Amino acid sequence: MLKVKDLHAEINGKEILKGIDLEVRPGEVHAIMGPNGSGKSTLSMVLAGNPAYKVTGGSVEFYGKDLLAMEPETRSHEGVFLGFQYPVEIPGVSMMNFMRAAVNAKRKYFGEGPMSAAEFLKLMREKRSIVELDNKLASRSVNEGFSGGEKKRNEIFQMAVLEPRLSILDETDSGLDIDALRIVAEGVNKLKTAQNATIVITHYQRLLDYIKPDIVHILYKGRIVKTAGPELALELEERGYDWVKRELGEEV
Amino acid sequence: MIEESLRQYIELYDTNREEIDAQSAPVLNRHREGALACLKHLVLPRKGDDNYENTDLRAILGADYGVNVRRVQLPVNPADGFHCGIPRVATSLFFIINDRLVCGVDCREKLPEGIEVESLREKALKAPEEVERYYAGLADGSNPIVAMTALLAQDGLWIKVKKGVRVADPVQIINLSGGVNDLLTPLRVVIVMEEDSELRLLVCNHTAGGSVNQLTLSTSEIYAGRNSHLEVYTMEESDMTSARLSGLWLRQEDDSDVLVNGMTISNGSTRNEYHCRYAGTAARLRLYGMGIADADRMIEVYSRVDHDTDRCHTDELFKFSVDDRACCGFTGLVRVAEGAVGNEAYQSNRNLIGSNEARMMSKPQLEIYNDDVQCSHGSATGQLDELQLFYMRTRGLSEHEARMLLKQAFMADVINEVHIPGLKERLAHIVERRFAGEAAGCHECSFNTCGE
Repeated sequence: MLKVKDLHAEINGKEILKGIDLEVRPGEVHAIMGPNGSGKSTLSMVLAGNPAYKVTGGSVEFYGKDLLAMEPETRSHEGVFLGFQYPVEIPGVSMMNFMRAAVNAKRKYFGEGPMSAAEFLKLMREKRSIVELDNKLASRSVNEGFSGGEKKRNEIFQMAVLEPRLSILDETDSGLDIDALRIVAEGVNKLKTAQNATIVITHYQRLLDYIKPDIVHILYKGRIVKTAGPELALELEERGYDWVKRELGEEV
Repeated sequence: MIEESLRQYIELYDTNREEIDAQSAPVLNRHREGALACLKHLVLPRKGDDNYENTDLRAILGADYGVNVRRVQLPVNPADGFHCGIPRVATSLFFIINDRLVCGVDCREKLPEGIEVESLREKALKAPEEVERYYAGLADGSNPIVAMTALLAQDGLWIKVKKGVRVADPVQIINLSGGVNDLLTPLRVVIVMEEDSELRLLVCNHTAGGSVNQLTLSTSEIYAGRNSHLEVYTMEESDMTSARLSGLWLRQEDDSDVLVNGMTISNGSTRNEYHCRYAGTAARLRLYGMGIADADRMIEVYSRVDHDTDRCHTDELFKFSVDDRACCGFTGLVRVAEGAVGNEAYQSNRNLIGSNEARMMSKPQLEIYNDDVQCSHGSATGQLDELQLFYMRTRGLSEHEARMLLKQAFMADVINEVHIPGLKERLAHIVERRFAGEAAGCHECSFNTCGE
């Protein structure tokens, strides 16, 4: 599904990703962990196509297509979804209008006409229930005045509506209390199929108690320095990152 | 020394004064000589002068316009084929064709007892003493727009809501100007809200289209009596070849509540002035507006709110979206006089710039002469937020669509200050279409359907 080879990227002239290799297959859940500043969020932004980041080397294939050549909206249509660490507030744009525009843009991409109002409302109702998102929020502006938990649930709600093939969830657990964390994680699990894949970017093992990864990577200084099974996350939780640094021959 | 750009009007008046007077009313005619004397000595502000950052009065007035002094009627029946662009609003509909008031179908019947919507000229002929009390009572005769309309306006609009009358349904005035030649239309409006009265008024300003140049000059005087409630929504959708200079002069008595929302959706060159004054205590003014300018359009707003009395409250918000080579300007002054205690005034100007060549001039000002006030003012001009754009694109919206939605969203708080049911939604739709680059959104209006 996703093949990242020797990916280099920079922002404002500063190189953040220094050669990432990553392969994700349908049905897999990958966790990417790593200390602050290691490039986790940059990787997610680059995969989603944020124009503020400049790719300076390497390649990314998504189902055989050159992902890096696509506009962010095309990546979305092709099935890449980014759940933001800090979901963006858009005052004045209602959730309803936003989602209608998103759904219809995707349909247009696949040559279908706009969804009928009744069909759309049914879809919204159905997907809202996955993350127990309050109906009230639908009439409000996108993320405006939402609590931290509501924002993250709103991300998973959008993911449910767009039905991506690959979801990249950037620190979806940050700022969540334990109940919200459970709801968000259950939402992600409900959406999991044998055909789609998820990359969970997180700081802590906590989220991985709920979303079970198949493969865990450690990102450090712009490179994936270690890849193993779920036990790696537990080890990190227990021992911190220092032992990884030591293994890399760094002074701690 | 007469200003060159004013000379044509002075000469036109000199040549046609009898005809002008004959087609008007003595109450209006009495002010012409004073206006003439004023215009002969008036030094027009230059573009870039204080309060005229964008408006080139000499260029606008200096173009060669005709004035329909004999008031020959246009070969247009506005009621024919008119479809209200604002569904679900049971409006009493009137037209002003150039300066002549024409009733829409059934509009008189729909008006309740106690409200007058009439031709200013006819009212001034019928009840001269009453019009005399109000006409030219607020507007400063030395203001160029006021002096020009005092000299040349032969008619206009008279609205009066009598004491205690609360008009439930909004009244809509569609102002259409145009003709076969380049035309200047001068217009005077007087609105009198007596004690405890209530009215919501929607004024749509349109030009007839085509290749002719048009200049509309409009002076409105609004008297808001004790505890009256008035909402005035003005919308401009006119052609690139049109120019509009308007001044609204407002006087508010005790406990009155006035909302003015001026929306320039499309235009050529527009200058809207708001001169507001509290003459009583505990009154409230909400002064809002928006301007959408692209190509080579120009929109300038000047506002001045004088707090000379106690415990009045002003909320002011103007927003502009400026693209391509367009220029917009906001100059706003709130002045709180010495001894006027307990006043609150909040002024805000927010602008969105969409290109390197677009220009926005903003001058928010507060002048406060006592300590017992709560006031703020602010201005911010910026571009669309890149992160918002990116967020929307990751959900599949094209960059173009995301920009459009964000621009619409930018105007949402001005549109939210529309309190006529149905009109808010309609306006949101018009603004959406405007940002989508579609032609003026009022093609349901009579003029365009007539032309089809």
